[in-house]
Amino acid sequence: MYTQDVRTDSKPVERRAAPTPEEQAFQARIDADIRVEPKDWMPEAYRKTLIRQISQHAHSEVVGQLPEGNWITRAPTLERKAILLAKVQDEAGHGLYLYCAAETLGITRDQMYEQLHSGKAKYSSIFNYPTLTWADIGAIGWLVDGAAIMNQVPLQRCSYGPYARAMVRICKEESFHQRQGYDIMMKLAQGSEAQKAMAQDALNRWWWPSLAMFGPPDAESVHSAQSMAWKVKLNSNDELRQKFVDQTVPQADYLGLSVPDPKCKLNEETGHYDFGELDWDEFYQVVRGNGPCNKERLAARVDAWEDGAWFRDGLMAYADKRSARSAAE
Amino acid sequence: MNEWPLWEVFIRGQHGMSHRHVGSLHAPDAEMAVNAARDVYTRRNEGVSIWVVRAADITASAPGKKGPLFEPSNAKVYRHPTFFDIPDDVGAM
Repeated sequence: MYTQDVRTDSKPVERRAAPTPEEQAFQARIDADIRVEPKDWMPEAYRKTLIRQISQHAHSEVVGQLPEGNWITRAPTLERKAILLAKVQDEAGHGLYLYCAAETLGITRDQMYEQLHSGKAKYSSIFNYPTLTWADIGAIGWLVDGAAIMNQVPLQRCSYGPYARAMVRICKEESFHQRQGYDIMMKLAQGSEAQKAMAQDALNRWWWPSLAMFGPPDAESVHSAQSMAWKVKLNSNDELRQKFVDQTVPQADYLGLSVPDPKCKLNEETGHYDFGELDWDEFYQVVRGNGPCNKERLAARVDAWEDGAWFRDGLMAYADKRSARSAAE
Repeated sequence: MNEWPLWEVFIRGQHGMSHRHVGSLHAPDAEMAVNAARDVYTRRNEGVSIWVVRAADITASAPGKKGPLFEPSNAKVYRHPTFFDIPDDVGAM
């Protein structure tokens, strides 16, 4: 899944009047598409921006397991259950690739967990919505993973080597997620009236939050210019949002479902779909912690971490004891 | 709490290539690191063999020493076969 680039500290990155020779050389390398690697010199603001972006991305993958995990025990068939398990396991893997990439920048895993658990770090607002029916699992794969792919494919070319490489692995696996979701939606859309209504209801609830995943409109996205120059962000929020709408509306048509937006229709002149205004008040409410499931999600993560402490410590104590024993021999 | 140490993971793919670095993970010991590497890095048949090495045991060359380390090989272009012009009449070589 992915990160929304919502700043937790509102102070913008300060631009000095004249860049130092080091900063100039750094930017020249980025302009020449030479990847930045962990031990290379980098501006402190670049490091901080990436730590925030990659760790938010990692947190999103990990928290993203929760809404889907809700349906593992209630999947309609054994096959669907096995598929959903594999998908949720992938999300855990994606979180781990990303935490490792962030750690190369000098933050520890425990520090990142602490930031998540204390509420200091954010994760994608989409995971604060509930999964009420089985169709929600279809809608998440199709829409939420679809939106994530839109964002992550360009990040494979981002300037920071470990992040770009993690993104390559993630993108390879993400396509399975979207297709399994669409497969669920197709089955329901071709099913009974009740099943079709369930699919439409899921689309109604997930459509707008999925569009919000691309982040605030470009006009309000004050930090974008620097991130673009550093190539840690490669497309603007509105650009990606439009691309997603253009790709997804025909897919809804194929299902015989309609997106919950009366203003959404193909503009013959531009060749793009026009669409209505997003409810940004709702978006900021969810980001600030007032979404339907914010408290539940965070509590689940904190409980998992605290309840697992004795186990982590036990394994470490065992490893220490064994290495002490083999040293003595 | 003490954090589990970091391990670098290397995987050998299907086709007889060398082990290749794929990423890292935290684990309390080598055995657990191999088990976790199986789950994190080979969910889609990516490999037939796993190596794990404690990240702290790896010595890396310094990026600042790129010049002195690698410049000598740049200066020896004759190490590449294309340095030598062999007439077409000689045939494939």
